[in-house]
Amino acid sequence: MTSTRARRIDDLAASGAAAPDVGVSLVASAWRRLRRDPVFIVGVLIIVAFLVIAVLAPLLAPHDPAARLLADQVIRARNEIPPPQPGYPLGGDMNGRDLFSRMLLGSRETLLVAVLATVIGLGGGLVLGTVAGALGGWADSLVMRIVDVLLSIPSLLLAVSIGALFAQQSQFTVILAVAIVQIPIFARLLRGSMLAQRASDHVLAATALGVKRRAIVFRHMLPNSLGPVIVQSTLGLAIAIIDAAALSFLGLGAPDDSIPEWGQMLGNAQDVIDTHPNLAFWPAGAIIVVALGFTLVGESLRDALDPKNRR
Amino acid sequence: MIRFRTTRRERTEVPRTRSRARTVVALAAAATVAVALPACAQSQRGNEGGAAQSGGTLTFGAAGAPDLFDPFYANDGETFRVSRQIFEGLVGFKPGGSTITPELATDWSSTPDGKTWTFNLRTGVKFQDGTDFNGDAVCANFDRWYNQTGAAQNPALSFYWHDNFGGFADHKEPSLFDSCQAQSPTKAVVKLTRATGKFPSVLAEASFAMQSPTAMKKYDANNIVAAGDSFTYPAYAQSHPTGTGPFVFDGYDKGNGTITLKRNENYWGPKAKLDKLIFRIIPDEKARLQALQAGDIDGYDLPNPADWQTLQQNFNLEIREPFNILYLGFTQKNNPALQDLRVRQALAYAIDRKTLVSSTMPEHAEVAREFYPPSVEGYSPDVQDYPYDPQKARDLLKQANASNLTVNFYWPTEVTRPYMPDPRSIFGAIQANLQAVGVKVNPISKPWNGGYLDDVDNAKADLFLLGWTGDYNSPDNFIGTFFGSLNNRFWLQAAPWGQQLGDALRAADGQPDQATRVAMYQDINRKLMSQYLPGVPIAHAPAAIVVTKKVKGLVPSPITAEEFAPVSISNS
Amino acid sequence: MLSYTVRRLGQLLLVAVALSILLFAWLRSLPGGPVSALLGDRATAQSRAQLTAALGLDQPIPVQYVHFLGRAATGDFGVSTGVQPGDGALTIFLQRFPATIELSVLAIIIAIGAGIPLGYLAARRRGGWMDNASVVGSLVGVAVPVFFLAFLLKFVFAVKLGWLPTSGRQSADLDATRVTGFFVLDGLLTREWDASWDALKHLLLPALALGSIPFAVIFRITRGAVLEVLDEDYVRTAHSKGLTGGTIRRRHVLRNAMLPVVTTIGLQTGALLSGAVLTERVFAYPGIGQALALSFERRDYAVLQIVIIAAALCYVLVNLVVDLSYAVIDPRVRT
Repeated sequence: MTSTRARRIDDLAASGAAAPDVGVSLVASAWRRLRRDPVFIVGVLIIVAFLVIAVLAPLLAPHDPAARLLADQVIRARNEIPPPQPGYPLGGDMNGRDLFSRMLLGSRETLLVAVLATVIGLGGGLVLGTVAGALGGWADSLVMRIVDVLLSIPSLLLAVSIGALFAQQSQFTVILAVAIVQIPIFARLLRGSMLAQRASDHVLAATALGVKRRAIVFRHMLPNSLGPVIVQSTLGLAIAIIDAAALSFLGLGAPDDSIPEWGQMLGNAQDVIDTHPNLAFWPAGAIIVVALGFTLVGESLRDALDPKNRR
Repeated sequence: MIRFRTTRRERTEVPRTRSRARTVVALAAAATVAVALPACAQSQRGNEGGAAQSGGTLTFGAAGAPDLFDPFYANDGETFRVSRQIFEGLVGFKPGGSTITPELATDWSSTPDGKTWTFNLRTGVKFQDGTDFNGDAVCANFDRWYNQTGAAQNPALSFYWHDNFGGFADHKEPSLFDSCQAQSPTKAVVKLTRATGKFPSVLAEASFAMQSPTAMKKYDANNIVAAGDSFTYPAYAQSHPTGTGPFVFDGYDKGNGTITLKRNENYWGPKAKLDKLIFRIIPDEKARLQALQAGDIDGYDLPNPADWQTLQQNFNLEIREPFNILYLGFTQKNNPALQDLRVRQALAYAIDRKTLVSSTMPEHAEVAREFYPPSVEGYSPDVQDYPYDPQKARDLLKQANASNLTVNFYWPTEVTRPYMPDPRSIFGAIQANLQAVGVKVNPISKPWNGGYLDDVDNAKADLFLLGWTGDYNSPDNFIGTFFGSLNNRFWLQAAPWGQQLGDALRAADGQPDQATRVAMYQDINRKLMSQYLPGVPIAHAPAAIVVTKKVKGLVPSPITAEEFAPVSISNS
Repeated sequence: MLSYTVRRLGQLLLVAVALSILLFAWLRSLPGGPVSALLGDRATAQSRAQLTAALGLDQPIPVQYVHFLGRAATGDFGVSTGVQPGDGALTIFLQRFPATIELSVLAIIIAIGAGIPLGYLAARRRGGWMDNASVVGSLVGVAVPVFFLAFLLKFVFAVKLGWLPTSGRQSADLDATRVTGFFVLDGLLTREWDASWDALKHLLLPALALGSIPFAVIFRITRGAVLEVLDEDYVRTAHSKGLTGGTIRRRHVLRNAMLPVVTTIGLQTGALLSGAVLTERVFAYPGIGQALALSFERRDYAVLQIVIIAAALCYVLVNLVVDLSYAVIDPRVRT
């Protein structure tokens, strides 16, 4: 019983398992390919720039992103917001806060949302996938039934549904909604990867040598699943950023916007998109570029790790 | 179980199958279906054209689906906008105002005790089903309202009756209504159990419109059923609303989200200029704006104030006179400090309402000095004012030993109202003001229908943002609703003056003499702002309605009771 | 094959029941809900309590669920309180379902119609400018949030240029006859050609926005699959046998490349349902996605519940169909 979506995840899982053992040769050959791959290089450059900005944002930002410094220039009656001016290169938002500082600091929160969502998704998937893959039998059946049910719901629909189920929306519920969607993906991925390895020579050899099951799982099986997990995580980061923005767009984002986040900024700007398009275009552009960066790296990693590409 | 193998690693070629034959069969089947179906689907289009079809069609953007078409059971603006075109009351609102004018009653008078009201009815008026409008029809309506039973008594349905008339014929709760008698086809006498300042103004409310007794009987109008989590409505409320108004209900196309009304060719007064009036449901505010700009609709209600200026360039943006109030409420239940008048006054002095109004409210919004707008009866010219004075706020807090006051400040998400166009900004501005005088603010935001109203109504907040749009010109509709009971969101039972205020409000409402009544309300307003201060009035904000330049004759109404009968559209 | 189908259908039922219990319990433990929605802004603590009791919402949740099941058995899945107040949730779903199907079908037609030829051509001219441009384009396409793309399309083609309508399914004053609920089809059946054409115009922009991601994915999969097949032994053998290019392409390359593509199309139906929530909101398109967005905005739990369950079921069903059709295309799995 494998749904179509599940099958695609299994493909990825199998790609990592094809390595003989903690794959020096796999990593080496993948790296050889990636070094010359323009897609990968562009992606990495984008991600590095994003990380640098996110880390240094408090130093780079000229103003407090929550301070209504230009509030006197906001006139609702005439729909005026502060234009770009010395010290405020992008002008102010609807509440008179410095847009440039909000963009810079927004990168942190966006990164946080993406990373936390992916880490929680990975963590949950790791537990479920390891239990299923390592134990097999009824534990495997039970876990995979749950996973398949979750996989049977379209991802954004699931995220939106989960987001709508909280009494009060916050940044945390956004993260949780996006993360829960990723759990079954990682679970299936890890389980598939481990199943493929259980039958592989090096695991059979280790078992024959009397190595304990736990040691086999943690020393051999998990490390070998790393490749596919890295690929899925990178793609997951991109999806998390876009899904979080979609939740904000639907009014399921965090209501308090004193700490800026790009998806939320874009969602909040939808009401003024035709009168003040800049309020929407800056966060939208940033989201697109960063999501593109993670997608580029993820896709090139997937290609590089795919054993059939190593000819 | 079949084991599907993964696709990406397939190495061998797929053998050919008889798929071509299968394709042919499938295509043939599809073709058969396509040929066979038209025979059973007939176009049911009406015959367009004809001499009467000259006034054109106006499409108006609506924000949501009406709850139902029977206004008596409704409490939502989307229903009333439609029902006001189909129905009329004994009295109506003056176009562009909040005071009443004769409609189906030509004039009325009351006995000096204010308890017996005689309405002289317009003659020659027929309901849209051809039956006569007369004294019996009037009393049939009053009796219908009074004799609601079961699920229909629930305030979710008969809200306006509860709010204005109280209980029903079963006497579980006292009712304002006593009886109705049709003395002649042109005369109806309504008896009340006590005098009230809001009668007969209250009859102008859309809920108390006159409906055809025959049609209501035929389509089972009172058959409301509580079904699981909600109510189901009878055929009358869904598709057979029958009134005397200038438009007739034509259909509600749920698949397309459109409600169509036609001109009532037998209307007693000046007939509607439009042939058809269509309400198209577009839930998203931005989408309504763009539909207007693209010419898909001819107008919509309550455009976002942020768009007013853009709209004014190419459209007719009508700004209504403000008839609402936004206030910051104090709940005196959980935070004893708020029971001290000095603390409440300090909070009032701390808020820079002038800047707040200019930076978060639309054009023509005003700082509120009392709990209802100046156009309502009993507005007092000389109440205590609270100008922005942070130093005085700090001093008062110190005097009250509340210098390190902490408050739970509730503000709503997922809502905009004319009096509250952007709750987030309004909250942010007040929060900043309060923090500046040393008050610690603990912000709590909840979705409007997802906990905010629940918590505020159940007195869980310390400070909260709330407002009210008036239904008709009566102080009772504002401050009577706000402060009439002790067990409310302000938790006035904790205040020594709570009972006194409630009594004063009831006494004023029951005063039949207008001059005395006005003086009583003025006195209440003075006390509200000086001795009581249960909250801080923030602003009266105008709401707008926008139509294309082709649309003529729309008179904006402060209580959003626009009539489309005098509206015309030039299709050029 | 049959037992497989039965097993999958059984699972479907299991999903439905499990989901309904979870949703039912959860939604009813949230604050607000139908009581707030029905009473509106003017509720008081007293009227809330009265309504809660009248609707039986003060009873324990298991009791409420049993009542719900009893009603559900008669086809009554609750009554809407916000989306279309007073209408049955199931009625609303069935009414709006054709709208979303129509939109999704056009979106997937656009995605397939553009994705497969482009993917095929890109693969055949691997490394050429068209290949590179479309690969980059498809990657960017995935990174653009669907609702933002929808906004842009609407702003340019509907608001600024005025070529296409901004919202809805059909012009309100068309007075079209309704037969099946599929507006384009209805127009054809009743020979109201203008109604069909009008409905199609309303569909185009949302379908373009909705089809963007499936397009990008189908393009990439097609390109990858064709590349892979071009490299296979049997294609080389065919070449060496002296078969003409056209025959090889038809007989071998396309057929074999179609396998992963069909899989992907099935996979993308989920993306369509997700995307519909966003595009239908932007275009005020009265389909399932709009019902879902409105139902949680207005705390209409009856509709929220049925839409989530039904959408999940649809997705599982489509996947089942895809898996079965997969078996038809690739006879080897019919073992």
